[in-house]
Amino acid sequence: MKISGAQLVIKLLERQGITQIAGLPGGAALPLYDALPGSKIKHILTRHEQGAGFIAEGMARVTGKPAVCFASSGPGATNLITAIADAHLDSIPVIAITGQVPSSMLGTDAFQEIDTFGLMVPITKHNWLVRSAEELLEVIPAAFRIASSGRPGPVAIDIPKDVQNQIIEIDELPEPGVATPLPQPTLAQLQQMQQMIAQAERPMLMVGAGVIQSNSSEALVALAEKLGIPAVSTFLGLSVFPHGHELHMGMLGMHGSKGSNIALEECDLLIGAGVRFDDRATGKISEFCPQAAVLHIEIDRSEIGKLKTPTLAVNADVGACIKALLNNCEPQQRIEWVSRIKWLNENHGIALPTNNDLTNPYSVIKTVAEIVGDNTNVHTDVGQHQMWTAQVYPFVRDRQWSSSGGLGTMGYGLPAAIGAALADPERMALCISGDGSIMMNIQEFDTAVEHNLNVKVVVINNARLGLVRQQQALFYQENFSAVNNRRTADFALMAQAMGARGFDLSKATDAKAMLTEALNTPGPVLINVPISEEEMVFPMVPPGAANKDLIEERNA
Amino acid sequence: MSDFSQCAILELKVNNHPGVMSHVCGLFARRAFNVEGILCMPMQDKQHSKIWLLVGEDQRLDQITQQTLKLEDVLEIAQHPSCHPVFAQMMQFVE
Repeated sequence: MKISGAQLVIKLLERQGITQIAGLPGGAALPLYDALPGSKIKHILTRHEQGAGFIAEGMARVTGKPAVCFASSGPGATNLITAIADAHLDSIPVIAITGQVPSSMLGTDAFQEIDTFGLMVPITKHNWLVRSAEELLEVIPAAFRIASSGRPGPVAIDIPKDVQNQIIEIDELPEPGVATPLPQPTLAQLQQMQQMIAQAERPMLMVGAGVIQSNSSEALVALAEKLGIPAVSTFLGLSVFPHGHELHMGMLGMHGSKGSNIALEECDLLIGAGVRFDDRATGKISEFCPQAAVLHIEIDRSEIGKLKTPTLAVNADVGACIKALLNNCEPQQRIEWVSRIKWLNENHGIALPTNNDLTNPYSVIKTVAEIVGDNTNVHTDVGQHQMWTAQVYPFVRDRQWSSSGGLGTMGYGLPAAIGAALADPERMALCISGDGSIMMNIQEFDTAVEHNLNVKVVVINNARLGLVRQQQALFYQENFSAVNNRRTADFALMAQAMGARGFDLSKATDAKAMLTEALNTPGPVLINVPISEEEMVFPMVPPGAANKDLIEERNA
Repeated sequence: MSDFSQCAILELKVNNHPGVMSHVCGLFARRAFNVEGILCMPMQDKQHSKIWLLVGEDQRLDQITQQTLKLEDVLEIAQHPSCHPVFAQMMQFVE
């Protein structure tokens, strides 16, 4: 069979089960786009390549499977960079395919030439500059294998235009790339873990995204219940425990509850399950869990001992470990410790307002959650709204939560929600955003309108870069610098300008009624929710401080 | 620099194709791990290369070794003491 490089790419992507690709064409990607019509793949044209990268991330986070984005050379590729870096920090399997100037022009500063290979090196698990169409037979399956194996992550494939056009003769297509089998815990490791857990009086689980990745959320909750082990979640590990679970203390770290940070001070065994001891979670690491032995279960060998020296390290699939422990451990109750946790949750949990005034951000989030129900995938941008959501959103299943953790990328939320709406259309894609973040990728609202997606954007609007303002208020003597948006755009009107429904709670006589109507309106909807700029996220651990030195409230 | 006593020597077996040097050197640079010397030559089979790295021997050496092992094109790493002759012999070409 005679086939061009570009046709081969599309064929191989189809065989990998790819049905939707977000992207934006350009000169060096024309052969790829020429091969798209007539394929089984639906292309989602974004308004900016960064949107395409985040749509792919949104798809990958909600499905757990690799997702693909396309861009052209030069600015197309550089616009993808932020999204690929975001996927890298949060271990999301995204495959970026970029066009490149013809091989003969590489290195000549040709029009729209940039060293995409060089730019992608530090933000991918692996990347390629493809030298011939034959190489694609190896590279495309390898891209899927690498992106989804072990600790997942993004890969990037740069394909010069002449390679896309090159016609080759092939007899058969290669098998699709699949994840390689994960290392399993040894019997000795299992026995050591069992012994450590059995001997601990005050164990704590620290639950990370690795648990979600290994499809073992339910097993982990069952293990915690069987052995009487309370748990904190990392930011990305939220949604493993269903909300309100009595053993769960919510998120730890910079904006975790006081109770969770007290419990970590008191625990005598910390079980890090699929976590990397990020500084926003641990605070000053030398003072993190001072009394505890550390059991670290982690698939990525290089994370073991990187920041926290473990007492016992198990470099294996966390899912296999949890399931084996669940089957082999004798039940334990730990009545005293569990009741201590309950007391801490009741007395030092996140303090919610007693009224349902929709000018309070917690009330907004709780009311939105109540209206939209459980059949919703929840996204945020980055800032105060993100932390408030992480603190109180009532998650019911894993992969319900999608937010930019490691890189903290404003502009993530809306395109990621579009990705979730495309990949999981039976569920609403909710995006809780802020007036700062939403403007970073607002153009993709037009993409949501084009495809009439079930995307609901709630803009919690304090006309400020709120989390920066908060740090200036707390740590820079209220010397407010460059955080005042002064006037924000009329977001509701902007949604209408793009052909969607827009609502503004500042114009409502009954705010809850308007919110309910808005969230029940089909298709893309944007809702502006004004709040006071004085609202802050508490508790807060000052950057660089130990978690025990958190600030409980203003002027406390 | 002819005193290598504070150094370790890493011997990497890697796939011999374009880009592998970028992946290895980029990793050391972005993790702020100083490389004092580099030697890279294809092996006889032409499919693989050897990269020799002269690096500071500090407490992060295990971490950077683990990070290097994650690179797709790095197949093996061996660590040698600073008395290994490879860089000592190279010195004549730089002095």
